[in-house]
Amino acid sequence: MISKDLICIVCPNGCRLHGEIDDAGNLNVTGNRCVRGKSFAGTEMTNPTRSLTTTVRTAFEAMPWLPVRTLGEIPKGRIPDAISELAAIEVSSKVMCGDVIAENLAGTGVDVIATMDII
Amino acid sequence: MNNYDVTVIGGGPAGLAAAIKASEAGARVLLIEREGRLGGVLKQCIHDGFGVIRFGEKLSGCEYAERFIHEIAKTDVEISLSTFASKIDNTGAGFLLHLSNKDGFSTVTSRTLVLATGCRERTARQVFIQGTRPAGIITAGAAQYFINVMGEMPGKRCVILGSGDIGLIMARRLTLEGAEVLGVYEAKPEPSGLMRNIYQCLVDFDIPLHLSHTVVRAHGRGRLTGVTVAAVDEHMQPISGTEEYIPCDTLVLSVGLIPENELAETLGVSLAKATKGAVCDQNYMTSVPGIFACGNALHVNDLVDYVSESGEKAGEKAAAYALHAAKPADQLQQPSKESACVLIEPDGGFLYSVPQKLELGSLAEDGKVQFFFRSKLTRGGTTVRMYLDDKEIFTKKYQSLRPPEMEKFEYDFSGGLPAEGQKIRLVMEEAEGNDK
Repeated sequence: MISKDLICIVCPNGCRLHGEIDDAGNLNVTGNRCVRGKSFAGTEMTNPTRSLTTTVRTAFEAMPWLPVRTLGEIPKGRIPDAISELAAIEVSSKVMCGDVIAENLAGTGVDVIATMDII
Repeated sequence: MNNYDVTVIGGGPAGLAAAIKASEAGARVLLIEREGRLGGVLKQCIHDGFGVIRFGEKLSGCEYAERFIHEIAKTDVEISLSTFASKIDNTGAGFLLHLSNKDGFSTVTSRTLVLATGCRERTARQVFIQGTRPAGIITAGAAQYFINVMGEMPGKRCVILGSGDIGLIMARRLTLEGAEVLGVYEAKPEPSGLMRNIYQCLVDFDIPLHLSHTVVRAHGRGRLTGVTVAAVDEHMQPISGTEEYIPCDTLVLSVGLIPENELAETLGVSLAKATKGAVCDQNYMTSVPGIFACGNALHVNDLVDYVSESGEKAGEKAAAYALHAAKPADQLQQPSKESACVLIEPDGGFLYSVPQKLELGSLAEDGKVQFFFRSKLTRGGTTVRMYLDDKEIFTKKYQSLRPPEMEKFEYDFSGGLPAEGQKIRLVMEEAEGNDK
């Protein structure tokens, strides 16, 4: 059996969760105020994932750095690789907020989008 | 000279929301922003978690701002970027604004003002740290601007003082960008930031959080070489003998935010001690008729969703006020009748509550009031009760209350309007049968 105390990061409530996975693989969560907390605890105890936000270089003097985020969550352990992959990117076209900047980040299957217009 | 119904000062989330709503209500609106781009502090907030309440999505701060920036582009709001309101005169009939920008000085008039000037960080000068004053001591917001906007690292070995949300976010950001964050020191016995940020910004990166500890001395000439930290007692005074020297080149301060009210003060707007923002009624109108305040200029919020909400209401009400004032004099109500208010008095359990008063004339037309509050201390199960004189009119139970987490409730007064001379009290009580 695995048992863990967690804090839910899905919304600002920050529910203090206690998750248990028994030997048959059944998940039991307490402390959550909604269903999202239960699913967060399940993922967090088996394969923790996070969204990643950072900046990438651009070719534009007026806005040399473009904020970006993953369009979904990636495994926590892949974050260092994801950061180095994004550090190598330079955006040379005038992208808009929501445009895809990188596909399949570090082999996670998750794309990266711009979160600001380059104007 | 241009004349406006509503002039919004500040193009961050509160100002954007206010300008959009005022314009939609039919007012002629001017939005003044001192920076070259709209969005306010959200421009440097590249992290996600914004908009969960409003959009049901976890947006980055920049992305949240872009939604409103795209929205405002569809309205008739006139936007004046890189423009500073250096002085505002109250002419009685409205306001005369002295503006300065690259085209020089100009003046405009406006029937109403919406102050959406946001807040400022407390700096090293406002917290008591002994020792030298070398480079390398910066606020969390400045560090955020360095990294996210300029692409420069503020340092390599960092200590963070204060556990406010921006400090926690920067602990993660500095770590991801290759700096070493040695620890977060918080003088209070509990963290100031949201629990989810403690978890995803500190726990995820094994960054230690030292509660009841503070930085007592800065060392170094030219550049910071280290700080001395110490445990503090219950009065937040350093305990002799607990000092520890930590070599570092950067001290990041996340020690609180203060509403920015320089313009408000010059206009004679009454400020509340507890919020350091304007005293306002349910329409976000301040003590000066025609001046409205919203967002972090009014009281520091922890969620931008609520900032936008207050901006929208302030904008809508400012437009209504301006368009009402534009009517011929014989159609106007008596001002004395309009300004009758009842005060809202929170008890000692509250750090503060907003609004501080209810304006009765408009309450008769729109009885719904949103109340925002923070508790003074961390508490378990708590019942908040509202009394009109001695009659209980509202109760709400909370599982727990923490000062860093702003709470909100709505009450509709249309079923029983308060009368002039009555008093509204807010009371906190330990909830019965709740031992958790």
